[in-house]
Amino acid sequence: MSIPLEKLKWMYETMVKIRLYEETMVQVYMEGKNPVFNIGAGTVPGEMHLAAGQEPAAVGIGAHLRKEDTVTAPHRPHHNAIAKGVDLNRMTAEIFGKETGLGKGKGGHMHLFDTDVKFSCGGIVAAGIPHAVGAALAAKMKGKDWVAVAFIGEGAANAGAFHESLNLAAVWKLPLIVVVEDNSYGISVPKAVSTAVPFNAERASAYGIAGYYVRNNDPVEMYRVSEDAVKRARLGEGPALIEIETYRYLGHFQGDPEVYRGRDEVPALREKDPIVRVKSLLVEEGVAQGELNAMETRARRAVDEAYQFARESAYPHPGAALEDVFDLSAQ
Amino acid sequence: MSTVHRRLLTGNKAMAEAIAQEMERDENVFVMGEDVGAYGGIFGSAEGLHQRFGAERVRDTPISETAFIGAAIGAAAEGMRPIVELMFVDFFGVCMDQIYNHMAKIHYMSGGNVKLPMVLMTAVGGGYSDAAQHSQTLYATFAHMPGLKVVAPATPYDLKGMMVSAIRDDNPVIFMFHKTLQGLGWMDQLDYSVGHVPEEEYTVPLGKANVVREGKDVTIVGIQMTMHHAVEAANQLAVEGIEAEVIDLRSLVPLDKETILNSVRKTHRLLVVDEDYRSYGMTAEIAAIVAEEALYDLEDPILRLAVPDVPIPYSRPLEQAIVPGVKEIRKAVEQLVRH
Ligand SMILES: Cc1ncc(C[n+]2csc(CCOP(=O)(O)OP(=O)(O)O)c2C)c(N)n1
Ligand SMILES: [Mg+2]
Repeated sequence: MSIPLEKLKWMYETMVKIRLYEETMVQVYMEGKNPVFNIGAGTVPGEMHLAAGQEPAAVGIGAHLRKEDTVTAPHRPHHNAIAKGVDLNRMTAEIFGKETGLGKGKGGHMHLFDTDVKFSCGGIVAAGIPHAVGAALAAKMKGKDWVAVAFIGEGAANAGAFHESLNLAAVWKLPLIVVVEDNSYGISVPKAVSTAVPFNAERASAYGIAGYYVRNNDPVEMYRVSEDAVKRARLGEGPALIEIETYRYLGHFQGDPEVYRGRDEVPALREKDPIVRVKSLLVEEGVAQGELNAMETRARRAVDEAYQFARESAYPHPGAALEDVFDLSAQ
Repeated sequence: MSTVHRRLLTGNKAMAEAIAQEMERDENVFVMGEDVGAYGGIFGSAEGLHQRFGAERVRDTPISETAFIGAAIGAAAEGMRPIVELMFVDFFGVCMDQIYNHMAKIHYMSGGNVKLPMVLMTAVGGGYSDAAQHSQTLYATFAHMPGLKVVAPATPYDLKGMMVSAIRDDNPVIFMFHKTLQGLGWMDQLDYSVGHVPEEEYTVPLGKANVVREGKDVTIVGIQMTMHHAVEAANQLAVEGIEAEVIDLRSLVPLDKETILNSVRKTHRLLVVDEDYRSYGMTAEIAAIVAEEALYDLEDPILRLAVPDVPIPYSRPLEQAIVPGVKEIRKAVEQLVRH
């Protein structure tokens, strides 16, 4: 196997943590939305885009990233954030709208900013890619070997910002890696209806950069191609585009009626679950059941603690709404 | 004895019915946007259209707003009558060049030679914790640019009638519908998101405000949610003996100055309420017009309520603190009348 055991273990534990986090959110999100669903009601109001099934994209490249590397993510950010090491307690508190949150409750689930690990995300499709270009530019100008990774969905690859960013990063030879998570849909619109080519990875050739396609939601293959892309970016050899075929187990957002796909689609996808696949790899490598249990317990504990922290935190004072528009610290 | 037949529709169904009837009437009318096909529009604006008219005339687009909104402009110039959806008004940024520099200006720059009979429909509004990039109304951002008609109906009846007018108008129209007024099953259930809508086609003119409640003590001008809040506040104030007149602006451009001025000349007091940012906004525009044209009819300074100049925060207590509601309107009127 082309992957160090320690890395594979990290990937497993992180994937379990992500999955538990998202599955817990499915439950918590419904608190206060029963019997009548109202998007604005409950413990966690607003839109909620979850990434259960999409863990391989986040951990496959995450295993190669350091704290100094920048990650930008879109509206479906939890898996990307967790793999980057975003403070889970403060992230969860932010999603609950609490004052202990990453943004003191002002941002919410689509707008998480953790400067300690250089992670950010946003609600405008494709908008994070240029920010990653800028982070990559800053790394280059500072003479560092840091890289910037922009995660997007396959739907975002049809936005102007995607194409402009790849061209810009290519002409400036920036350490940028764009990871396209192809989960087949942009909300209800299938990839084939929106995208002129079957694989976005092919679009790399339009900008003269490296393109990789990872089939079958395979975390190990994602690890392997990311290793190549990250290494080259650190050496100053320019940007790369990685597309991974992945699966979205849940609706586009929680509450999505999913009229656009058949009832049997998701159960079939779950048959090929990547977490199960990585677990059997670990077993093959001789990792004892006891160690696997310990990893799962650690993941569970981190998730439980984060939700508890969020629940126990206080809401911000209403007057705080007027603060933070400008930085007044120098005045 | 005659029976009054009331046909109750939600806001979204009223809109979609208007579009369907116009599509039947005129084969140049077509719809495009993200998820307007099988999904029927995230906020139901195109419900049932794809099933009825097919994928040729009801087109799901890629997430390429510059391309498909620009394409609506190009198709309109060819005599088509596109209705194009920008899913949330907040996404305007990625396609604003098409809207501001082209959709708004081509008619003028061509000396009136090029007509753009198109409708850009878009969802506005917050109040359900969708945070800074999905909760804005941005009324003034669009109304500021000469060359765009900008309307924002608040009832199912007006959503239908004004959509028909917008489609038939030879000018580009920004048609803003408020998410909370669509009557969707997964949002707050408000009585006024359902209302009587005749089945036959009718039009409601663009550019006419509507006096929705008569009163003699104060004029409250609102639009969409703030108008509904104003009516509720007025009903509560009536118990205290204050009679407020409430105007539903309905249309930002053209702006119906006369209805506002006539009302202020009667009540001598004005409160303007907006769900948009305060500075350089609708409240400032209306206050300025009244100051210019009816200053001596006023007995008290004009009051404004709007989102203080901050982005819309996510957390519920923060958002509730900054979006004007019934309580704030009531307090403002009491201050005006009883100072
Ligand atoms: C500029 C812009 N246009 C439209 C939207 C609405 N929107 C949010 S997510 C989404 C689909 C994104 O699809 P994809 O990029 O494949 O990501 P996925 O949701 O599948 O993870 C759309 C259209 C938006 N947020 N921003
Ligand atoms: Mg997708």
